[in-house]
Amino acid sequence: MQEELFTSGRNIPNIDPFLQIWHWPISLYLFLGGLAAGILFFAALFYLMGKEKEYPAAVRYATIIPPIALSLGLLALVYDLTHKLYTWQLYTTFRIESPMSWGAWVLMVVTPLSFMWFFSFYSENYPKTEEKLQLLKKFKFLATFEQFLKDNRKYMAYALIPLTLVLGVYTGILLSAFNARPLWNNAILGPLFLTSGLSTGAAAIILMAKTKKEKHMFGKIDLGLIIIELALIVHMIMGYYAGSQVQLEAMQLLVGGDFTLMFFGFVVILGLIIPATLELIHLIGYKVPVIVPAMLVILGGLIFRFVMVEAGQLTRFLY
Amino acid sequence: MRYAMIIDTLKCVGCSDCVVACQTENDVPIGFCRDWIVETVNGSYPNLDLELKSERCNHCDNAPCVRCCPTGASHGGDGGIVLVTANECIGCGACIESCPYDARYQHPDGYVDKCTFCHHRLEKGQLPACVSVCPTKCMYFGDLDNPNSEVSQLLKNRKHKTLAPEAGTDPHVFYLI
Repeated sequence: MQEELFTSGRNIPNIDPFLQIWHWPISLYLFLGGLAAGILFFAALFYLMGKEKEYPAAVRYATIIPPIALSLGLLALVYDLTHKLYTWQLYTTFRIESPMSWGAWVLMVVTPLSFMWFFSFYSENYPKTEEKLQLLKKFKFLATFEQFLKDNRKYMAYALIPLTLVLGVYTGILLSAFNARPLWNNAILGPLFLTSGLSTGAAAIILMAKTKKEKHMFGKIDLGLIIIELALIVHMIMGYYAGSQVQLEAMQLLVGGDFTLMFFGFVVILGLIIPATLELIHLIGYKVPVIVPAMLVILGGLIFRFVMVEAGQLTRFLY
Repeated sequence: MRYAMIIDTLKCVGCSDCVVACQTENDVPIGFCRDWIVETVNGSYPNLDLELKSERCNHCDNAPCVRCCPTGASHGGDGGIVLVTANECIGCGACIESCPYDARYQHPDGYVDKCTFCHHRLEKGQLPACVSVCPTKCMYFGDLDNPNSEVSQLLKNRKHKTLAPEAGTDPHVFYLI
C-alpha cells in the first residue's frame, strides 16, 4: 500500500487571502440579532401570558435593548457589504433558498416592530421624560399612534413570537447553509444559535430586572436554556466526530486547535458552565450577585459568535 | 445546450497562459484572478506523483452560490453558465463562503466576480480565452448535450474526475486523468 506522505495544496495568492470576507461586524450582528430576538420573544410571551405586572422588566423595560441592538446590527451588516449602494436589491426579491434573503425580510419586519413595541410603553415607562419633552403633547399624531399601538399590542405579540424565533434560528442557518465551510455545515447550528440568543436575552432581562421574583424566574429560564445549549454543543461535536474527513479536520480547530481555548475556555466554561453553576447556587438559596452570571452569559454568547464566524471561514472543502 | 470544459491533466504543464489570457480578456483587476494553476504532489519519496491542472469556477448544475444569493445576482444563465449580475450584487459575500471550489473573489469595485466561461466570446462563436491560448492544447470546451461533440467523446473514452464530487454540486469542469 502506498502511504500518502504529503499532498501539496492550493496556494493562490490572488484569491485565497480574500476568502475570509466576513469580519467582526457579522459576528457582532449575529450576537445582537440573537439578543434582540431573545428579549422580544420573552416580552411577547410574557405579555400574552398576562404576566405584564409580574415581570415588568421582560415585557417593558428590557425592550429598550432590541431596537438599539437591531439598529446597530443592521448598521454593522451594511458596513460589511462591499457593494453598499445596491443594498436595496435585497428588497426587490424574495429568494426562498437563501437564508440571507429570509434574514433581510425578517429584519425588515422585526426591526420596526421592536421600535413599535417599545414605543407603545413610552408614556407608561418614562412619564418623567415625557413631562420634560412633551413629545406626545406637541405632536398629536404620536399620541394617536401610541394609543393605536397600545390597543394592538396583542397582535404585535402574536406576530413577534414566530418572527423572533425565525430571527434567532436564521442567525445560525445563515452559517450552516454553506457546505463549503465544513465547521458551519451542521444542522444543529440553527437551534444552537436560537438557544444561545434566547439565553443572552434572558440574561439581559435579569440585568434589567428589579424584583427578586423576576430575577429568580429568568435565572431559572436561563439555567434551562444553558443546559439545552450545552447539550446542543455536545451534539455538534459528536456530529463532527461522526462526519466526513472535511468535518473531522474542521473540528480540529475547536478540539485541540487554534480555537480550543476560546471555545472551551471562554464559551463553554466561562460562558456556560460557570454561570449555570452560579445560577444554580442562587436558585438553591445562597446569595449570588446575579449580575455576574448574567454578564458571563452575554459575553459568552458574543465570543461564541466570534469563534464560529472566524473559525468557520478557515475551514475548506478542497486541499 | 450544456457547456462543459475539460482539462487534460496529463498534458497540462502549468504554464499559466490560461491565467494571463483570462486576466487580459476580462480586464481582471491586478492582484486577482478568475482561474489558476494547482500543483499537487502525492505519494512518498521516491514514488511521487505530480498533477498539474488549471482550475476555475465549475459552473455547477446544483450551484450553492446561486442558492444562497439573497438578491438573485448569482444566477444560472444559458447553457448552464453561472453568472453574476454586478449591479444586483450587494457584496454580502455569501456566495464566496458557499463555494466549495473557492472560485470567487470580491472585485475592488465591490461586487463579486468569477469565471464566466467567457460567455461574451461564446456568443460570437469563439472559445473561452483560456482554452484558445493553451499552448499544449490540454483544454477542451463544448456542448455535453451533443453526443458527438469533442467533450462528450472525451468523457466517453477517457478516465476523468471532477473536483469535490462529494460536495454534491454537479460541476461542469472535468479533468482527464
